[in-house]
Amino acid sequence: MNLTLNVWRQPNRHTEGKMVEYKVKDISPEMSFLEMLDVLNEDLLHAGKDPVAFDHDCREGICGSCDLFINGRSHGPEKGTTTCQLHMRKFSDGDTITIEPWRANAFPVNKDLSVDRSAFDRIIQAGGYVSVNTGGVPDGNEIAIPKEIADRAFEAATCIACGACVAACKNASAMLFVSAKVSQLALLPQGQPERKTRVENMVAQMDKEGFGACSNIGSCAAECPVGISLENIAILNREFIAAKATSNNLA
Amino acid sequence: MSWITKTLTSSIGRKLIMSISGLFLCTFLVVHVVGNLQLFKHDQGAAFNAYSHFMGTNPIIRTIEWVLVLGFGFHIYEAFALVRRNKAARGHGYAQWKAEQNSEWTSRNMGLLGTIILIFLIVHLYNFFWRARFGGLEKIGGDNPEISDYDNLYLAVVSSFHIWWYVLLYVAAQISLGYHLWHGFRSGFQTLGLNHRKYMPVIKYAGYVFSVVVSAAFASMPLYFYLFTNEQGELAANAPSLIHAVTSAF
Repeated sequence: MNLTLNVWRQPNRHTEGKMVEYKVKDISPEMSFLEMLDVLNEDLLHAGKDPVAFDHDCREGICGSCDLFINGRSHGPEKGTTTCQLHMRKFSDGDTITIEPWRANAFPVNKDLSVDRSAFDRIIQAGGYVSVNTGGVPDGNEIAIPKEIADRAFEAATCIACGACVAACKNASAMLFVSAKVSQLALLPQGQPERKTRVENMVAQMDKEGFGACSNIGSCAAECPVGISLENIAILNREFIAAKATSNNLA
Repeated sequence: MSWITKTLTSSIGRKLIMSISGLFLCTFLVVHVVGNLQLFKHDQGAAFNAYSHFMGTNPIIRTIEWVLVLGFGFHIYEAFALVRRNKAARGHGYAQWKAEQNSEWTSRNMGLLGTIILIFLIVHLYNFFWRARFGGLEKIGGDNPEISDYDNLYLAVVSSFHIWWYVLLYVAAQISLGYHLWHGFRSGFQTLGLNHRKYMPVIKYAGYVFSVVVSAAFASMPLYFYLFTNEQGELAANAPSLIHAVTSAF
């Protein structure tokens, strides 16, 4: 199939970018979206032009690198997938496809379609961890966790930090990401020692990075490739209220 | 800044104020709509004028009125603060944006709906509240010395609701209110963290019923006077029998 691509090109963080039109020919429907971009880049290299920069790593839906905003949607039109899991059979011959980077002030564009998501790393550094004490290795079953709790924590833990929630949100809010991390650790016994400081610090860092506030629209959960639910945001709100009301932190 | 101001100016803190003030305003809507149902009574406004006199003079009501002003004030202020923050958070916009494929229109347009309601609120307050509180209304008059000194707010309502553009503004504002509540009611609970897989469906559908019933009841008032009554609020003889049957229940 032959396609027209409208791709965001931006040489670097400090230069203005623009949409550029490209034609790609003989794309197989079995190709993944990223393989289609590989074809485009081969063509550009043969023509002596600068290939399109885009983030990718595992190409099997685990790493969360492939942050492309395709035809107005995070990771394209298919539900519950990352860009690398999106296949060209979802498109038709002659289609025009618009490809943009994630748009958020907290995610500055590195080059073309690649954005800097280190704001997420700084939020994790602010509290998305558990303390591990020195000493002997504890027995695997020493801490009893009910299956139901373990399952819910695991659901939250499946977040791959891809940033699709921020990209899809009208407010560029990172609440779904933060809520997945906070509720995962708040549910488990290992997360209890830092439970209050974690939510306080992670929300403070989220605000500092310049993400928006949640208005419960639900675009984030609808676009999340791993299905993190809005219930996590309610848990985050609960954790935040409880921590602010009862923590000993006066700052 | 103390921990309190830090909490209340954080993104979640602002949303908490939004949600608490919003849910408080929902309780105000219930009181307002139930009181106003007296407009449908066939008594030349006697019950409605007595009610509005009570609401305008009772010291407890007058005190709570300030809480209501604060409720509106916080809700409107936080709305502007959050919209500013959220717009800044996006930065560069998208060339293509298909939010309609992943979310409801009402949830994305709370600011627009709220602005329509705010414009309505200013007109509404000027026309009824301001005139009732600071003069400009006729007295009821009549033989009963106890109530003859009351303002005739009923007549002001009826005559306003015979102006076509006024009725149009009211109905448009009530449709906006309905859509605003459609998302806002449920959203208020979510922000407070009151989300549970057992109760969320109940909250969701209660919100839908609340938004439709409240906005329809408010919108029915201008429509009723415009379509079915004369300038004194007397039901026209040729009004549909259904309207006769419904309003005689009051």
